[in-house]
Amino acid sequence: MSWFSPRRFMAVLAKEFIQMRRDRVTFAMMIGVPLMQLLLFGYAINTDPKHLPTLVEMGDESPVARAVLMGMKTSDYFDFQGIVTSAAEGDRALRDGRANFVVVIPPGFQRDMVRGRRPSILLSVDASDPTAAGGPVAALGGIVDAALKSALDGPLQYAAPEPPPFDYVVHLQFNPEGRTSTYIVPGLLAVILSMTMVMITAVAIVRESERGTIETLISSPVRPIEVMVGKIMPYVLVGYIQTIVFLTAAGLLFQVPFTGSALAFFIGFNLFVITNLALGFLISTVARSQMQAMQISFFTILPTILLSGFMFPFAGMPGWAQTLGTAIPATHFLRLVRKVMLKGAMVQDTLQDMAAITVIMFVITAIAIARYRQTLD
Amino acid sequence: MITVAGRSSAGPELAISVTGLTKRFGNRTVVDDFDMDVPRGTIYGFLGPNGSGKTTTIRMMCGLLTPDGGGGTCLGFDIRSQSQQIKERVGYMTQRFSLYEDLTIRENLDFIARMYGVRGRRARVDRALEELGLADRARQLAGTLSGGWKQRLSLAACMIHDPELLLLDEPTAGVDPKARRDFWEQIRRLVDGGITALVSTHYMDEAVQCDFIAYIAYGRKLIAGKAREIPRRIGLAMWRVEGENLGALAEELRACPGIDQVARFGSVLHVVGTDAAALDAVAERFARRGPQTWTRDEPGLEDAFIHLMAGAQDNFADRIAS
Ligand SMILES: Nc1ncnc2c1ncn2[C@@H]1O[C@H](COP(=O)(O)OP(=O)(O)O)[C@@H](O)[C@H]1O
Ligand SMILES: [Mg+2]
Repeated sequence: MSWFSPRRFMAVLAKEFIQMRRDRVTFAMMIGVPLMQLLLFGYAINTDPKHLPTLVEMGDESPVARAVLMGMKTSDYFDFQGIVTSAAEGDRALRDGRANFVVVIPPGFQRDMVRGRRPSILLSVDASDPTAAGGPVAALGGIVDAALKSALDGPLQYAAPEPPPFDYVVHLQFNPEGRTSTYIVPGLLAVILSMTMVMITAVAIVRESERGTIETLISSPVRPIEVMVGKIMPYVLVGYIQTIVFLTAAGLLFQVPFTGSALAFFIGFNLFVITNLALGFLISTVARSQMQAMQISFFTILPTILLSGFMFPFAGMPGWAQTLGTAIPATHFLRLVRKVMLKGAMVQDTLQDMAAITVIMFVITAIAIARYRQTLD
Repeated sequence: MITVAGRSSAGPELAISVTGLTKRFGNRTVVDDFDMDVPRGTIYGFLGPNGSGKTTTIRMMCGLLTPDGGGGTCLGFDIRSQSQQIKERVGYMTQRFSLYEDLTIRENLDFIARMYGVRGRRARVDRALEELGLADRARQLAGTLSGGWKQRLSLAACMIHDPELLLLDEPTAGVDPKARRDFWEQIRRLVDGGITALVSTHYMDEAVQCDFIAYIAYGRKLIAGKAREIPRRIGLAMWRVEGENLGALAEELRACPGIDQVARFGSVLHVVGTDAAALDAVAERFARRGPQTWTRDEPGLEDAFIHLMAGAQDNFADRIAS
């Protein structure tokens, strides 16, 4: 008599696959939810809006001034809609919402610049929606630098020393985390996996007690570990499918890059999925009905969204919230995914995140197995 | 307690031998100091009204629940420490249908067979389907079966690993009379083939199908023994009354001293008492008066159980009052 029988494990696994295949609605949801969320977060909930209406107050018609404006235009953030002739007119446009930005090029801009007087470009911003303003404002520096560089390539090259020979003044502090869909999509993967994996395992296991089939399982010689692994494995596969669909869509629709190590992603992903499934298993030992299992799962989603760094920058949270957040597996997976996809991280750059997930995984699994009853007591 | 000829201790001749089994849920004692000896190769009826603790007792015997007190053996294995061995050798049919409704009939049988490591699985499942008469419906989802068919499928499933002992928890509840009769015939065949069956039921009329009987009420065993001997052991005397106006007569008899219980079975009245002399005196008086006909008869199992239930209620009331 062994502690683990591959034969019984395979029996549970096969059964689970059959049941999953019969439950088309749930299966469709598991694929549909990530796509829907991706589209919602990617398009509708756009924290990085483009083509914002912009007005210009032209104090200088010089080639350099035109180059700066052209650069802003091609960045897609700014949509130039016209000219204002006075500061008062610009303020009025911002106030009544005709424009989100007013760019002011001061008179004699090119001349002053060539003479080394460091003239200022002023960007007036409608700050009522800081999120909307954050992206363009953060991008402005790079845009102007690039525009100037090409404009000064010609006869004016002698006037292009480092640093840029002018200042730009922004009348607003900007969001340091500078959120873009590129930034939010990898985090979304962590949230979606948490949500579906936890809930689906919890529900699938509680269903056994709700329908009474747990009695068939418990009265047979099958061991808890065989049930646990046999029930969890099919959902690991579902997690794979979800992720492939998600990443493909993210790449096609939002051009989210994937610059880092695929291996680092793969390892982190598996650790994270197994952790979530173990959490689902743990919830199933507490919940008495599928309804309860679903509610408790939702309850775990909230801190995942709020404290993992998905919604708010982790570093900006108060100490206690960071402590709580550290115990959440999604926090570490989210960091890993952002590092790998956006910052080109390799395996060695993500070891700390993997270690953190592994620790959480072992703790949750241990509690789940300890709580799982081989009897009906 | 039963004593099987020549042996009195738990040996291989006893499929189940438990003593002092006790189970509490919260501070409610659901099974209280329960003893049971089930000889091999017999049908052992486990009778008692709903909620009397039958399911709980059966679950303790096959390791699904841990007793709070007492213990014993099942097929020679300790019910507390060797539940794995017990599970491999016992077929347990749960009171509620507990196979997978979203699996087909064949998939269910196949799953159970794999859990028990049945050798020659495919052939065994085919044979089970054949015996069930479900071979042509093997691809039907189990959830779409009627109550009677579900019960037969459950029985087939718990037989698939050829267990030595069947624990059948209210297998005939909610099943039509024809299916009930078929079921008992099948159990008898199986037991003749050498296995042991412990069958719980709350249908008193099924008691006659059993070789041995234990009767439980409010978690306490009231009596156990050979089915045939139980009425005599309780020491009841009984008269059958047939004729007109039985309703009115029953009311009148209930008020009579010397009569403990008056129960109506269709067109017959069973008048029962523990004091045979007193009962006979009353009976003869009423018989002379007419118009009903009175006949002295042997009390049946049902009379015995009605009597036991009444006593149990009194005891239970006393226990609560004290
Ligand atoms: N898990 C449980 N928790 C609390 N009470 C229970 C539990 N299981 C059974 N009971 C109670 O124990 C009593 C005996 O139940 P049961 O063994 O199912 O009786 P029977 O099978 O004879 O109908 C019932 O009153 C029932 O409500
Ligand atoms: Mg019961």
